[in-house]
Amino acid sequence: MNSRIGSIAFNTFREAVRDRVLYNLIAFALLLSGAAILVGEVSIDIERLVVVNLGLTAVSLFGVVIAIFIGIGLVSKEIDKRTLYTVLSRPVRRWEFVVGKFFGLTGTLVVNTFFMAVGVLLALLYVAHRFETMDAWVLVALYFIVLQFLIVCALALFFSSFSTPLMSAVFTFALFVIGSLSDDLRGFAKITQGMAGALARPSLIWCQIFQL
Amino acid sequence: MAAIEILDLEKSYPVGFWHKRPKVALYPLRLTIEEGEVFGFLGPNGAGKTTTLKLLMGLVFPTAGTARILGVAMDDPQVKSQIGFLPEQPYFYDHLTARELLDYYGQLSGVPAKGRSARVEQMLERVGLTASAGVQLRKFSKGMLQRVGLAQAILHDPKVVFLDEPMSGLDPMGRREVRDLIQQLRNEGKTVFFSTHILSDAEALCDRVGVIHQGELRGVGAVAELTSEMQGKVEMVFFAPRVPAALTSLGAEARISGDMVNAVLPEEQQDAALDVLRKEHIKLISLMPVRRSLEEYYIQKLRPTESKKGAGV
Repeated sequence: MNSRIGSIAFNTFREAVRDRVLYNLIAFALLLSGAAILVGEVSIDIERLVVVNLGLTAVSLFGVVIAIFIGIGLVSKEIDKRTLYTVLSRPVRRWEFVVGKFFGLTGTLVVNTFFMAVGVLLALLYVAHRFETMDAWVLVALYFIVLQFLIVCALALFFSSFSTPLMSAVFTFALFVIGSLSDDLRGFAKITQGMAGALARPSLIWCQIFQL
Repeated sequence: MAAIEILDLEKSYPVGFWHKRPKVALYPLRLTIEEGEVFGFLGPNGAGKTTTLKLLMGLVFPTAGTARILGVAMDDPQVKSQIGFLPEQPYFYDHLTARELLDYYGQLSGVPAKGRSARVEQMLERVGLTASAGVQLRKFSKGMLQRVGLAQAILHDPKVVFLDEPMSGLDPMGRREVRDLIQQLRNEGKTVFFSTHILSDAEALCDRVGVIHQGELRGVGAVAELTSEMQGKVEMVFFAPRVPAALTSLGAEARISGDMVNAVLPEEQQDAALDVLRKEHIKLISLMPVRRSLEEYYIQKLRPTESKKGAGV
């Protein structure tokens, strides 16, 4: 990574932190604390499973929301506020700017995910009182969630480079939903008959392409 | 050597939803600016000044034509380390402090890490922002932002500086400071290309000016030549409670301000007018030929003409 990309990425990360994006961690912490206490009260023998499922879903949703809502504004905000002018009038290529922005946002998400992962593990420790070997799979799941964030970031950034923020959000979220539900769509197409089946079957090929 | 060579640079935008038609923002522009020159690009709002600057900075792509800066094609990224740019009504990353912003721009401009910090401090001092260097830009006034903008434009010691309306929105003190800074840049041998519609600033600072209107370059000239042209009239200033009737009969247009009279009359009546003043024992303060002002040149160039849409000098 060249130094200009690094500088743009660091500035993007610093902007997100100073604009209090990481405050979402407070909401996440409250959610998990509440869930852990509640699960401890109502679950019998499946506390670990409930906390892991709830925790990973929350990590994924919080991250995707941040990726979409920051990602769609990364380029359009720079154009609207004309901060882009003083960057591109320097020896910075357009692709370096976009790549720098991408790394800055993914860096923010990785830091965010790290703290949320710590939260999930603490909640797990609270309800189960000790870690087990199988808990290491949580880290594997987190790794794939981060990969998913990278794709969502790239999509948001891609759309924001030529579309309005609102349309970018719609496009990115639609692709995220299609990608996340592609298995269900495929199953639906296979078992459905008649008109609905005829309409759903052509989507099979797209399901494979957009699968997240 | 020419610092900036604009070679038939042209820009048009498609307008309309169904039937797209081109709207010309800049007709083919041909212009050469020499090294060390301070060039003023004059024109009313919407004339094409900012479009020209955006084209030169590579922020928008030209429809046709090209430009060379310091002998290098304008789209070559390497030339950008030699140029500084202040956009019109600049807005910067307001989550950063002035010091952080300049450091960031220094990194992007390739200012070596060793010495960058000292250079940033030097620039902050030069624009009078040392005391506010640690304050986030969201708390800055418009004048302070303009100063930060100037600092970022010259931070990397560029050879050519482009300033888009650098005095716009500034108070008299701020305008004076910007004028002083442009003078300093000229003394350092930098080439300065700045757009403005404040003619007094252009007259005070520029070696040459170009007038652009409705996307078309209407004329280019050296300020000294433009303002030295005689008008065939003289201006007399003298102490008197009223305008002598004999002077009025010579065709003088007089304006009284307190005890002072300011009279403008045809050059050939100058001797006769002096005789009138002597005869009436009136004390003459000054007698000067009336020269054409930059404003008159500007107004003349803005008048509707048989446009040839595409001019150059």
